[in-house]
Amino acid sequence: MTRIVVVGVGGQGVLFASKVLSEAALAEGHNAVMSEVHGMAQRGGVVMCNICVGCIESSLVGDGEADIIFAFEPMEAYRALAKANKGTRFVTSTSPVVPVVVSIGKMKYPDVEGLFNEIREITPKLTAVNADKLALEAGSYVTANSVLLGALAGTAECPVSKEKLLEVLKRIVPPKTVEMNLKAFELGLKYAKRH
Amino acid sequence: MNDLLTKEKKRLFLLGNEAIVRGSLEAGLDFAACYPGTPSSEIGNTFFEIGKDAKVYFEFSTNEKVALEVAAAASACGLRSMTFMKHVGLNVAADAFMTVAYTGVRGGFVMISADDPGCHSSQNEQDNRYYARIANIPMLEPANAQEAKDMTKVGFELSEMLELPVMVRTTTRLNHVRGIVHTGELGPQRGKGKFDKDPRRFVTIPAHARLGHIKLLERMAKALEVSEKSEFNKIVDMDGSEYGIITSGVSYNYAVDIMAAAGIKGKILKLGMTWPLPEAMISDFIKSVDKLVIIEEGEPLLENAVMVLAKDLKPEIPVYGKRSGHFSVMGEYGPDVMKSAFSRITGMDLMPKDVPKPKQELPVRPPSLCPGCPHRSTYYAAKRALKQNFENAIFSSDIGCYTLGIQEPLNMADFLLCMGSSVDAAGGFSKATDQPVLAFLGDSTFFHSGIHGVVNAVYNRHKFVYTILDNRTTAMTGHQPNPGMGTDGRGDPAPMISIEDIVKGCGVDFIRTVDTSDIKEMQKAYEDALAHDKLAVIIAKRECVLLEVRSRKKAGEFKTWQINQEECKKCQVCIKTWGCPAIFLADDGTVHINESICNGCGICAKVCPFKAIHENEEVRK
Repeated sequence: MTRIVVVGVGGQGVLFASKVLSEAALAEGHNAVMSEVHGMAQRGGVVMCNICVGCIESSLVGDGEADIIFAFEPMEAYRALAKANKGTRFVTSTSPVVPVVVSIGKMKYPDVEGLFNEIREITPKLTAVNADKLALEAGSYVTANSVLLGALAGTAECPVSKEKLLEVLKRIVPPKTVEMNLKAFELGLKYAKRH
Repeated sequence: MNDLLTKEKKRLFLLGNEAIVRGSLEAGLDFAACYPGTPSSEIGNTFFEIGKDAKVYFEFSTNEKVALEVAAAASACGLRSMTFMKHVGLNVAADAFMTVAYTGVRGGFVMISADDPGCHSSQNEQDNRYYARIANIPMLEPANAQEAKDMTKVGFELSEMLELPVMVRTTTRLNHVRGIVHTGELGPQRGKGKFDKDPRRFVTIPAHARLGHIKLLERMAKALEVSEKSEFNKIVDMDGSEYGIITSGVSYNYAVDIMAAAGIKGKILKLGMTWPLPEAMISDFIKSVDKLVIIEEGEPLLENAVMVLAKDLKPEIPVYGKRSGHFSVMGEYGPDVMKSAFSRITGMDLMPKDVPKPKQELPVRPPSLCPGCPHRSTYYAAKRALKQNFENAIFSSDIGCYTLGIQEPLNMADFLLCMGSSVDAAGGFSKATDQPVLAFLGDSTFFHSGIHGVVNAVYNRHKFVYTILDNRTTAMTGHQPNPGMGTDGRGDPAPMISIEDIVKGCGVDFIRTVDTSDIKEMQKAYEDALAHDKLAVIIAKRECVLLEVRSRKKAGEFKTWQINQEECKKCQVCIKTWGCPAIFLADDGTVHINESICNGCGICAKVCPFKAIHENEEVRK
């Protein structure tokens, strides 16, 4: 059984990546249930999807229960900390999406390394990848979620194989962007293997 | 072809809302109508996508009451028909809903009520299981995607057999769960119906209504027999009889998981048909266990019914629920709620150990208007026009993306009850105070419930500024078409209904339609409207930026903007008054545009007093 919490900011493709992950789990013969978020939160708010792979009925992950926290934004990785335990694998983007209270100067965006250090105090298993940079290298910012999926595939905790993830990814991204997304996935994967 | 239309028996991975659609197709659905509302929105979106291929007549009706009446008429013609709405949508439709229980139905008629415990995307967390009781019609409550499909299908059969509408009550966590669904065969459809007249049944004058009520009670007596034997009401053995759990809907999932994980011995009475309640079955269950735990999100409806039964059957039996303080009427349940409640009930320590406690307080991240959103320009212009009157002005808001005008730095939402309340309440504010009053509501909400407020304001001589934010779509719920757009729920061309003509027809003599990207013209419109001595209407017109960006990208015309650091005087107007989330203040006091989220509207360049913001040369993908 693997419990995964996927977090990010509305518009980043959290739902999309969660769907790829769940579909790949199903294709490998696992049971999966997934809780999605729709509606108002998608307008730049915090988005959290829960995926449970294996034999349980609940589609929600409780405190301290996450095997994997898969984050599209560093501050949101930290915000999900209560879901973690000492064995949790974090895979996170290092690229901040600045909330409005910060961009208007009312609050400060926390130091990303500081956030990561605190996560490391809980669990040593932190994979932090500059998804925006690698996505641009692959061809566009919009492939950042493929970079992150690749990075997840490069960790030992990922409940599905790289091959299945790629198979689903190829099937559900727009045909014109397949090549770009595959490149992004490989860049993420390579990065995770090296770090 | 969409998987939902598959003729084969297949294993699909479906959203709860998609499973509901599949269930209706397996029941041979002919006719569906709705007004979109989260968490039910994807049911309509799915019909919008596949309705034609499925040979289902589907429409986006102007509001939930209209949708329910349209669908009820189809059912009276013998067609299997369905309507679906968010919980508060049923408040709008309630008038018709109560009486369709009296007339009863001919073709199977299913009404989906999508409740939202925890207010994920709603203004309240009302428990619509009450509605099944008020109207006194059968209700089903699925717990997972498979049951969402199965219960919808059975709902139609039950409805036709009992000649009553059937309510399928879901919650956000059911509508938006994705899980495995094994499909059955698609059902035979009837195509066109025929209305056989029966005024004693369908014309609810008082004399007929009294007969209708008798008929309803007879039908519900039959429904009780069904409920007592329903395959959806079942006992799940958890290896003992100490704890007897009574539950329904998604709460079952959390209950069964914690009992299995913690080794709590007992059994679960999992109720799927929850009105009429199978009282004989519940009574037998009460007799067979030592302690009762009632787990239901929302109000203590099962709990109250169980207490009444237990009082006669087993007065000494402990009942753990909301009355005992083990569960709350508020919010959504989940593994954490179960661990806490069962720790206190059983005395076992089920709380997770060493849950990490974050040391830092993080900046909040509420949803906000998107970069490039045309509503921001409208709010900005209105604020500029109000000048020193801004603080004193009352902003009467409505349901849609534009409610996000409440956020910094706009702070332009002061009052909101429900769909359409902006314009109605604005009338009240204008009579009760001497403050400037401005109402804001979107195009789809205007057609839903923003028209009668105009009639009222003209008739009663209210003075306020009514802005209709016409972004050419129903944006918040996922860009469904509305009557102003020229497309219907089947994707066919439709008459484009003019908001301007409607307002004119209501007798408004100040109407100004402005493109929101013309900030100067917008501001002028607000200055004139505020000076007008009666109701003034501004139609702020520009397509939702999310759709506009798609077409600009397709046309190879998408460019972002950036701030020239030499020209920028760091006055922060773009941050403190404009407030686009793509513009940010760096630690060193310089101001920048985050190009990965800039939608390229370029209005910030017009807002900048030093003309320091420029369009990039490079075309972006």
